[in-house]
Amino acid sequence: MWEYTDKLKDHFFNPRNVGEIEDADGVGEVGSLACGDALRLTFKLDKEGRIADAKFKTFGCASAIATSSVLTELIKGKTLEEAMKVTNKEIAEYLGGLPEQKMHCSVMGREALEAAIDNYRTGGQGKHEIEGTIVCTCFGVTDKEIERVVRENDLTTVEQVTNYCKAGGGCGGCHGEIEKIIERVQGERAKEQMLPPPRKGGKLTTIQKIQLIQQTINEQIRPALRAHGGNIELIDVEGSKVLIAFRGMCAQCKVSEFTMKDVVEAKLREFVAPELYVEEDADSSGAEHEHKG
Amino acid sequence: MKTIYFDNNATTRVADEVWEEMQPYFCRLYGNPSSMHTFGGQVGVKIREARERVARLLGCDPSEIIFTSCGTESDSSAIHGALAALPQKRKVITTRVEHPAVLAVCRDLESHGFTVVELGVDKLGQLDLNELEHQLDNDTALVTIMYANNETGVIFPIEPIAEMVTNRGIIFHTDAVQVVGKVPLNLAQSPINLLSLSGHKLHAPKGVGVLYVKKGTRIAPFLLGGHQESGRRAGTENVPGIVGLGKACELAAQNMADENTRVKRLRDKLEKALLKSCPDSRVNGDPDHRLPNTSNISFEYVEGEAILLLLDRHGVCASSGSACTSGSLEPSHVLRAMGVPFTAAHGSIRFSLSRFNTEDEVDFTIEKMPEIIHRLRELSPFVHEISR
Repeated sequence: MWEYTDKLKDHFFNPRNVGEIEDADGVGEVGSLACGDALRLTFKLDKEGRIADAKFKTFGCASAIATSSVLTELIKGKTLEEAMKVTNKEIAEYLGGLPEQKMHCSVMGREALEAAIDNYRTGGQGKHEIEGTIVCTCFGVTDKEIERVVRENDLTTVEQVTNYCKAGGGCGGCHGEIEKIIERVQGERAKEQMLPPPRKGGKLTTIQKIQLIQQTINEQIRPALRAHGGNIELIDVEGSKVLIAFRGMCAQCKVSEFTMKDVVEAKLREFVAPELYVEEDADSSGAEHEHKG
Repeated sequence: MKTIYFDNNATTRVADEVWEEMQPYFCRLYGNPSSMHTFGGQVGVKIREARERVARLLGCDPSEIIFTSCGTESDSSAIHGALAALPQKRKVITTRVEHPAVLAVCRDLESHGFTVVELGVDKLGQLDLNELEHQLDNDTALVTIMYANNETGVIFPIEPIAEMVTNRGIIFHTDAVQVVGKVPLNLAQSPINLLSLSGHKLHAPKGVGVLYVKKGTRIAPFLLGGHQESGRRAGTENVPGIVGLGKACELAAQNMADENTRVKRLRDKLEKALLKSCPDSRVNGDPDHRLPNTSNISFEYVEGEAILLLLDRHGVCASSGSACTSGSLEPSHVLRAMGVPFTAAHGSIRFSLSRFNTEDEVDFTIEKMPEIIHRLRELSPFVHEISR
């Protein structure tokens, strides 16, 4: 059973602003029956250009209905510029949080709002054009949408992206592409931010450290690489420097530089020690490459 | 608020008689059945009695019963144990609609070099036996096919399947956790080699299961480090659980007729009434070969989790094959394998009854359900598009 907050339950059992405004100024529709949730948002503006009324109709689970209800409450009385600033995070926070796997419901709310505002600005002409190119064909999610949830919610894994916008939740064929988007967005973010302060941890002996590094590679890193036909081997540890070699698909992979920093190094820092840094062992990787050729 | 429990394929209430039978074995008769003293030895006697009771329900010899900790352990042990005893064969055949306790194990085998064939099902959830026959070859070590499906209740023709498989010298395992106590079994007369059951699906407690291993079937032991269960499954016995399961099996034999008459009639009443009172609803699964207690109904254009939460407010417990209840984004693998449209799969609700359910409970649910479906359809943006 999901752990829903009382606030969420309240908005599910007693949804506010259900229905459709007949002569709406803006209409936004997102989702589909096949996807498992869909939302139609309508709003009406007053003379000052503020949202005088907003109504919704939603097909979906309790959190989809509750987030839709909250969305209408949040945007009422706002100008369109103000409403555009409502993020999926705000919707989730209003409800006292959402289960991680349900975050996509809050994203759907924000997307419906954008579609409705778009519809108003184009004078009710045509439908909301989805920006960007489709990455996840199963759920019809574009690169722009993925970029946005990654940026706004500081996501670092494909699983999180799936939770937030469904991308990658079907056949899994787009996981590589999603990883690249995460890499790009997080790379941009990293430039803007300092590294977080190292966590306090017990002092490890050298043997303990090496064992822990090996264990982290076995349990945390290798399975992720395996999923893409790759592999990784620990070559040596010198102080804080960890020498590794990529095998299989990873050896020729263009994003291996990213994989090394953002997957391998991040995991080792998380599970072993924050001062670790990773380098690729040129000799052994090269040997593997030649062997393959 | 009274709880109306229609989720008996998930777990069942421990029967009062079972609980009474178990109680002494926690605090008073806590001895180890393997001990040499009388205090422990009397517990060993009780375990033997439980083993005999289970064997009587299954129609087999007590020596063919291995107690485990759950149905999942039984499944895992059957599959791994059978393959370990036949190291030269590398192919396993199963179905796309198995419980994850089998399906996940088979998919893991694939990454260890095994060839795994997952047989598909038709719209009713039934197998194509010709396809199965076509897949049986000299490399096939094991065929594992569930007796009845936990989500739809669809029963597979397991006896002819077991006949076909074992005639070729291939091991046949069946996950029968939903069947034991509902369908009469006579394993002595059956070619089935391995069969899994789970205590908590038939009014015994959680934490106890059985793997039936037909005499002459070679399987590698799966827990080492003790002589328990004739060395095939080491570990000190879950005595209260085993005692409870023994009693539950005895009761199941007595109540089997009730399951197939009264419980079935309640299920049919519920199903018929809901199909009638809720437009755009349909039953999932072969109506002619189905467990007597299970009904899987799709209410189109609404979402299962939302239905469950509204039912929950009335104290009614059921389950759903919708994506949202599982945390994954896709609806039930069973319904998808049957080709149930996504629109219907998202709104699927499983009602699974037991002998503890009453006519009043069914009537109450029949009364509440239409307003729940109506309410959610009022919220749904698709409803005005539906042609009535």
